[in-house]
Amino acid sequence: MTAPVDTAGAVPVNASRFRATYGDDWDRLERLVTRIEKRSVRALSDDDLLALPVLYRATLSSLSLARETSLDRALVDYLEQLSTRAYFQIYGVPTSAWTQLGRFFARGWPDAVRDLWRETLVMLALTIAGAVTAFLLIRADPGWFGAIIPEGLSSGRDPSASAESLRQTLYTPQKDMLATFATYLFTHNAQIAVFAFALGFAFGVPTVLLILYNGLMLGAFLAVFVPKGVGVGFACWLAIHGTTELFAVMLSGAAGLRIGIAIAFPGRLARLDAAMVAGRSAAVAMAGTVVMLAVAGLLEGIGRQTVTGDLPRLAIGLTMLAGWLCYFYLPRGRHALATA
Amino acid sequence: MRWPRRRARAPATMRRRFVTPEGVDLRLELGPAGARAGAFVVDALLMLVILVLATIAIGYLLLSSVRGEVFAILWLLGAFALRNGWFTLFELGGRGATPGKRLLGLRVVARDGARLTAGAVIARNAMREIEVFLPLSFLGMQTAQGVADTFLTLFALSWSGIFLFFPLFNRDRLRVGDLVAGTWVVRSSRARLAGDLVQAAPADRRVFSDAALNLYGIHELQTLEEVLRAGRPDAIETVAGIIRAKADMPDDGDDRGFLSDYYVALCARLEQRLMVGQRREDKHAA
Repeated sequence: MTAPVDTAGAVPVNASRFRATYGDDWDRLERLVTRIEKRSVRALSDDDLLALPVLYRATLSSLSLARETSLDRALVDYLEQLSTRAYFQIYGVPTSAWTQLGRFFARGWPDAVRDLWRETLVMLALTIAGAVTAFLLIRADPGWFGAIIPEGLSSGRDPSASAESLRQTLYTPQKDMLATFATYLFTHNAQIAVFAFALGFAFGVPTVLLILYNGLMLGAFLAVFVPKGVGVGFACWLAIHGTTELFAVMLSGAAGLRIGIAIAFPGRLARLDAAMVAGRSAAVAMAGTVVMLAVAGLLEGIGRQTVTGDLPRLAIGLTMLAGWLCYFYLPRGRHALATA
Repeated sequence: MRWPRRRARAPATMRRRFVTPEGVDLRLELGPAGARAGAFVVDALLMLVILVLATIAIGYLLLSSVRGEVFAILWLLGAFALRNGWFTLFELGGRGATPGKRLLGLRVVARDGARLTAGAVIARNAMREIEVFLPLSFLGMQTAQGVADTFLTLFALSWSGIFLFFPLFNRDRLRVGDLVAGTWVVRSSRARLAGDLVQAAPADRRVFSDAALNLYGIHELQTLEEVLRAGRPDAIETVAGIIRAKADMPDDGDDRGFLSDYYVALCARLEQRLMVGQRREDKHAA
């Protein structure tokens, strides 16, 4: 029972030979990957950087071999996790934040928005439909105003208000805390934009309702101001930031709708793939609306309080609108496509 | 008496095919629902703590300073960034994980194995808006106005319930956000290479008969490996007893040495058979 056994030389199993032969390579790869994980790929020297893919491939082939020829569970587990970690550091790491940001403004954002043109038109139609409906309803029966606009929001701007008090709400500038007001408007609106996007998941229905309601509110206020003869003033008061803000809200609604449509009607793609394609590009458009809403917040919180003339307000608003439209929809050169 | 069954490993169905461009299947392991819930709780607590501390600090500065407006703006922007940026920014980093996920050994990965794009990460986290924040703020709003009646509470609970348990209703443990973004959450373990049991065994080993070596297959071999690595004396004693009884060998008083030798011999035998294309999965196989 105690006589020595020698089945295959001094090293009877493959795992031991494996460990002896490649152990150093695995160790080095592990050290490199750990350093990248802890800091970044820039922490590696040139030699290490060149060695990384070679070591990674060697480890992968060790893994394949070990799976087929070795029964050492610990060895296979170790190689699996090491290969996985190395894989994600080599293939899965996102590009640097600055490059991504640059690409986002150069191509990603306008491309994503242009991609949503059908949904954007639907959102525009919904907003207009909502506005017209509310306008006609309130003109026929002012009681509708209370049903559409919550009491806190109207702050005296209801059908019973006099033309003078209405005019005052338009032209009396707020003096203090302008920047805070702008920030508040931005964060509040941006949250609603994110929300409209996320709600799109429920087949787009809540998003459509949200945008429709946005249109209803617009129409309700128009119905208050227009009959009193301050319609033009109101339009300019709204235009300075509204062109940017309403556009942004429509875009985020369009992004949500895109997801809802992709999930409800995936077309030729599998439902999961359709959701993924729609989700990724719509998310880029939605992130862009946050930028737009930051601009809108500044225009509303600061611009509108300091610029009180009708014409300047309108001019700023239209300029912004033209700017956004050019940025999003003007065709770009082909060469830019290759670098994106 | 039976072999001690292993329980520590997640069921095999949590492993997913994930083929690298080099053509090797990495067999990623999905993050278990418990770990993901834990990670979210950790993240939520961290966010809450940061929010509370920042609010106190800013409130203090606001009261003591003449330029209070700056701090109010800071607070508004900070709260917005915290709510929308915490998950997104961390997951866009090199580790693809928030602090909570890192703590529980998880990371976010694109299902197709490609780079994790900003679009994907933004999409998966914007969806938290309807999963978590909507029912929360809804409930908060209603309670604040004192009108949180049973119906509304039930609605908010069932709404969040649908999304909360969504990962349990699909094979790949996808959250709504994962579904829209084309991502999934996998285990990111970091293991040291455990020692070589064969090298550790002494050079003069016990000899085993063919009958003794034909008792078991790969599954039993790897269970034996786990027993030896765990090194619990009671388990070693039990297993050694069983093998001795089956192989009809006398007890020589050295359980660990016996098992270690048996492991080496069995491993060599099974590997030899593997080399000629006979893979014996377990003791029931021929």
